Amino acid sequence: MKDNYIMSDALNISIKDVTKSYGDFFALKDVSLEVKSGEFLTLLGPSGSGKTTLLMVLAGFTRPDYGSVKFGTEEVVLKPPHLRDIGMVFQNYALFPHMNVEQNVGYPQKLRGVSKEEIKHTVNEALKTVKLDGLGHRGVAELSGGQKQRVALARAIVFQPKILLMDEPLSALDKKLREEMQIELRQLHDSLSMTTVYVTHDQKEALTMSDRIAVINGGGLMQLGTPNEIYQSPNNAFIADFIGESSLLSVKVSKKNAYLGNVKILVDHSVNKEGEFLLVVRPEKLFLTNEKTEDCNTFTGSVIESIYQGESQLLMIKLDPNTHGDQTLRMRIPNGTASTEDLPSLGASVTVGLKKSDSFLVE
Amino acid sequence: MASKIKLNKDHINKIELDQLDRKERFTLFGLTVPYLALVLGLIVIPVGWLFYMSFIGRDETLSLENYERIWNSKAYFRIFKTTFQISILTTLICVLLGYPLTYFMSQLSNRWANICMIGVLIPFWTSLLVRTYAWLVLLQKKGLVNSLAIDWGLWSEPIKFVHNMSGTLIGMVHIMLPFLILPLYANMRTIDKDCLKAAANLGATPTRAFWTVFFPLSLPGLLAGLLIVFVLCLGFYVTPALLGGGKVIMAAMKISDNIELYFSWGAASALGVVLLVVTMIILFIASKLVSFDQLGNRS
Repeated sequence: MKDNYIMSDALNISIKDVTKSYGDFFALKDVSLEVKSGEFLTLLGPSGSGKTTLLMVLAGFTRPDYGSVKFGTEEVVLKPPHLRDIGMVFQNYALFPHMNVEQNVGYPQKLRGVSKEEIKHTVNEALKTVKLDGLGHRGVAELSGGQKQRVALARAIVFQPKILLMDEPLSALDKKLREEMQIELRQLHDSLSMTTVYVTHDQKEALTMSDRIAVINGGGLMQLGTPNEIYQSPNNAFIADFIGESSLLSVKVSKKNAYLGNVKILVDHSVNKEGEFLLVVRPEKLFLTNEKTEDCNTFTGSVIESIYQGESQLLMIKLDPNTHGDQTLRMRIPNGTASTEDLPSLGASVTVGLKKSDSFLVE
Repeated sequence: MASKIKLNKDHINKIELDQLDRKERFTLFGLTVPYLALVLGLIVIPVGWLFYMSFIGRDETLSLENYERIWNSKAYFRIFKTTFQISILTTLICVLLGYPLTYFMSQLSNRWANICMIGVLIPFWTSLLVRTYAWLVLLQKKGLVNSLAIDWGLWSEPIKFVHNMSGTLIGMVHIMLPFLILPLYANMRTIDKDCLKAAANLGATPTRAFWTVFFPLSLPGLLAGLLIVFVLCLGFYVTPALLGGGKVIMAAMKISDNIELYFSWGAASALGVVLLVVTMIILFIASKLVSFDQLGNRS
């Protein structure tokens, strides 16, 4: 997490009560959100969640039914897109196919009436920033996916906007390149001091890049927080399931005590409500154990699946139906820490432990 | 990276696999044979015959007299002038009417665009002769257009719309418009709408975005449509013959006159050859322009 949010150049964004409906369907429902100046904020959600609609409202391409969007102190919700002066990287890059790299990147500068020498200078600077110097005369069709992505980025930052929007810019790249670009984009953000709003459906990407993540689902803001907060203490079952890997076990709460099946379990936080809850279990937080220790929950069950996945071994554990009810746990053991012989074999009975601090309930 | 491997008959199944390749190519070629035969029989041989006849004079010997007559006669010059004038004007009016309409259609949702497309296509499926006579009925002195306009007081004397240039143009534009709209529409549909959004986001007013992004990207479609219309106009016969009423004489009509009135196959052939050559020159120049533009449209 970075602490250098407040930068003189960047602008904060205040979104208030933004709502957009299509007939009976609410793409956005009373969304309010503050993006701090200089912050890298990610809108994370599954497809159809409304995250892209929100980005389009910021860019000015979608007019909300009502609501306010302020850049700094200025209300922009009535402003057409071409007057908003913000950079944007589109999902499929939207490079102009009839212009070469230089003309693409120079386009916003030309519109702003910048002199020819100045255009040349700033275009070269922008291309250098995205590590594409020397490719100015290439045609767009001659570029690889990664290069196109960089050109789109250069075009979005060449006029030094105070706000940069990105709509799933890495989704068309292959995994390896995508992971490299995530780091690079983050570094670029840190050096440019722009407020960045980034849209993705990839939770790992969001965790990697963001200062804060806004989880969007069903047109509403579910949770806003740092990657750590979102991962460690999700607000609800949707987020717990969507962010990272987890097993959700149904748990009954009565008289402030939580029960998994008929076994009482320890939880990280006190629960005041009664009824059905879900216990969020991150597979990597489980460990094999023999005895019951204090501050730990232990579950017994049998291994029904054991899958080698490179960096870790994934075990599917069917919990003892007599004590825990009919439920399945996923557990991950990093490879190389335990020798292969120590791994429980298929069908073996095991006892797994989960620290109290790693046990939390969601509704 | 694939390195160079020398293939020879000793490789396993090499000969059999090559045979399969050859068989496939041969089958594909076989599919083109009926068309190739048709082209040879109906185009190559007759056009060759046309060329030959254009060099036969009145006394049935080889001579250049047909071409000399075209070159020297003021009447022929006037006919070519009229032909080009009408073709250029028709093309121009088609572009002025068709481009905005096609742009509008390209921005609609699929459903509405399809409904509009049916509107474009229905006249296109109606017989050319029917449509031409319909215009004759509508536009004549006591036709619907004149009588309504006089009733409403738009003008007091009937305006002469048919048997002159304006009637010819109205009819031809109506018939040619779909030929412009269809390729242009196909092209405009492929233009990435995000490109226009990107232009707006980068600071372009809608007008600026149109002229710097949309219009250049629509040029290949426009040029294709424009060429089809222009070339079809050059050889157009029915509509100018009927709506022009003999006062507007285009090359195709003169060719038919030469045969039907004067039985002069040589003169008709020469005129046909000149028209063909001119058309091919125009197509050649245009193909250079189009390929230049397609460079940008490949991504």
